[in-house]
Amino acid sequence: MITFITRRLFFQTVPSLFLIVTVAFFLIRLAPGGPFASEKSISPEVLKQLNTHYGLDKPILVQYTDYLKNVVRGDLGPSFKYPGRNVTELIAEAFPVSLELGVYALLFAILAGIGAGLLAASKPGGARDYLSTILSTSGICIPSFVLGPLLVLLFGLKLGLVNVSGWSSASDRILPSLSLGMVYVAYIARLTRGGLLETMVQDYIRTARAKGIPESTVMIKHALRGALLPVVSFLGPAAAGLITGSFVVETIFSIPGLGRFFVTAAFNRDYTMIMGTVIFYAIVIIFFNTLVDITQALLDPRLRSKLNEKA
Amino acid sequence: MKKPEPDNIAGNSLWKDATRRFTANRLAMAGLIILSVLVILCILAPLVAPWSVDVQNLSLGASAPGPGHLLGTDILGRDLFSRILYGGQISFAVGLCATLVSVLIGVSWGAVAGWAGGRTDAVMMRIVDMAYAFPFTIFVIILMVFFERSLLLLFAAIGAVEWLTMARIVRGQVMSLKSREFIDAAKGLGLSNTRIIIRHVLPNIAGPVIVYATLTVPAVMLLEAFLSFLGLGVQPPASSWGILIREGAEAMEEYPWLLIFPGTVLSITLFSLNFVGDGLRDAFDPRSSKE
Repeated sequence: MITFITRRLFFQTVPSLFLIVTVAFFLIRLAPGGPFASEKSISPEVLKQLNTHYGLDKPILVQYTDYLKNVVRGDLGPSFKYPGRNVTELIAEAFPVSLELGVYALLFAILAGIGAGLLAASKPGGARDYLSTILSTSGICIPSFVLGPLLVLLFGLKLGLVNVSGWSSASDRILPSLSLGMVYVAYIARLTRGGLLETMVQDYIRTARAKGIPESTVMIKHALRGALLPVVSFLGPAAAGLITGSFVVETIFSIPGLGRFFVTAAFNRDYTMIMGTVIFYAIVIIFFNTLVDITQALLDPRLRSKLNEKA
Repeated sequence: MKKPEPDNIAGNSLWKDATRRFTANRLAMAGLIILSVLVILCILAPLVAPWSVDVQNLSLGASAPGPGHLLGTDILGRDLFSRILYGGQISFAVGLCATLVSVLIGVSWGAVAGWAGGRTDAVMMRIVDMAYAFPFTIFVIILMVFFERSLLLLFAAIGAVEWLTMARIVRGQVMSLKSREFIDAAKGLGLSNTRIIIRHVLPNIAGPVIVYATLTVPAVMLLEAFLSFLGLGVQPPASSWGILIREGAEAMEEYPWLLIFPGTVLSITLFSLNFVGDGLRDAFDPRSSKE
């Protein structure tokens, strides 16, 4: 297990991170315009001073190596648009909010998705199967930026049950989590159903049935474990999707999370903030994918030996 | 696309079989009909649209759906139905062009990896694996922010992120074709690799490529709407469905129809495209139908 993690860290994590940092850095620097280009009233002297202050007047390769050195030390630099604050600080402040939202959305997606998948697979071709298919297709075809505002319109504005935006009371968590998680309910339901239909014809399920175990127990205790493998491997891409989804959902509901920060930083051309967020997101995703791989091995004994062999 | 058939063989071609299976699939046919109607309406927008999109009627302002304006008007008094048709032109154009870009990249990447095999293949697919895990939408956002936002950049940026699955599919197909006899025959004739890939391999993987390209269109349209919603996609005064949804969401408290109609049209389109894509997949390869 430890060998697996170290190998992975050196051969996969570090090179990917390096690649991402490099691509993002040069992409941003090669683009026309600087972080202070939008401020029209600025005088050339002040602009020059600002550029010197942030090291933007040095050759680009020097800037790049300086930046890499700082990143390795965990210093993501000062924010251009929030003077006196550094990026690490800003991320530390905003990320917990996004994390909370993401966890709720994922929990909702997993619970509702597996539930719908179980219902559908319990009687393939039946009314419940049909209903669950319709539900999962709608989840995919009604994007979060349509669903979110519609939910606000119905439950916030018309019925007045919850706040329209914000992130203070417990009820503020409901609509954003639903909007963000709905797509994944759909995918997880499909994957669970498919996985269950495949495992339900296996020999060990027939053995369980022959022992006289009730059908519902066979399904939940015996079949579901094997059926969940595709769901678990889907959680990797899902995490990436949740991050992207948080950009719109946090904007719609005015949630002070990292997603909204990233969008604002992008509009403001806040170089260090964008770079910092990109690096941070990359770390989160790589961490999550490793976690998914380990979980998979724990669920499937056949994969377990792979953990010890190769990364 | 139809290949000439020898006269003496009375058999069904792949295409004929696929057409028969597809037309028997009601959901897919319904999707295809709805989609065709929408596309035709959008293309014919200059003829069909009851009002010009440039016509503002500030004294009218936002008005509810009624006889004069079928789906109501927006805050500037522009007819919503007409705006949806014109916006659809851009949404569909992005869907089509960005998909083409993604097909080009995906097919070339997959074909080269599958054909070359060995170390080249391993490295190329490793890159795909790594890219899968990363939310490339972030890079699209960076591109759209830092470079001049144009439709061309939008096509390229979206196409550049949606090619990964296509590359995997094509690579798998190419690898299985590589060991077939007719490829050996082509090699025996002394044809160049490029010629074999283009003339003999690619025509044989057209089925899966078409199927997956159809399934890419809704993903691409969704990404366009997502970017436009954030203000990073299509730029006003041009409009797409994503822009209309964004404007609708801002005004929904007083004028809910501005959100509901564009949202519904986008969802119906995505539904139809997904049904058509699933239908094509079942038609071309009945074995790999939805579990």
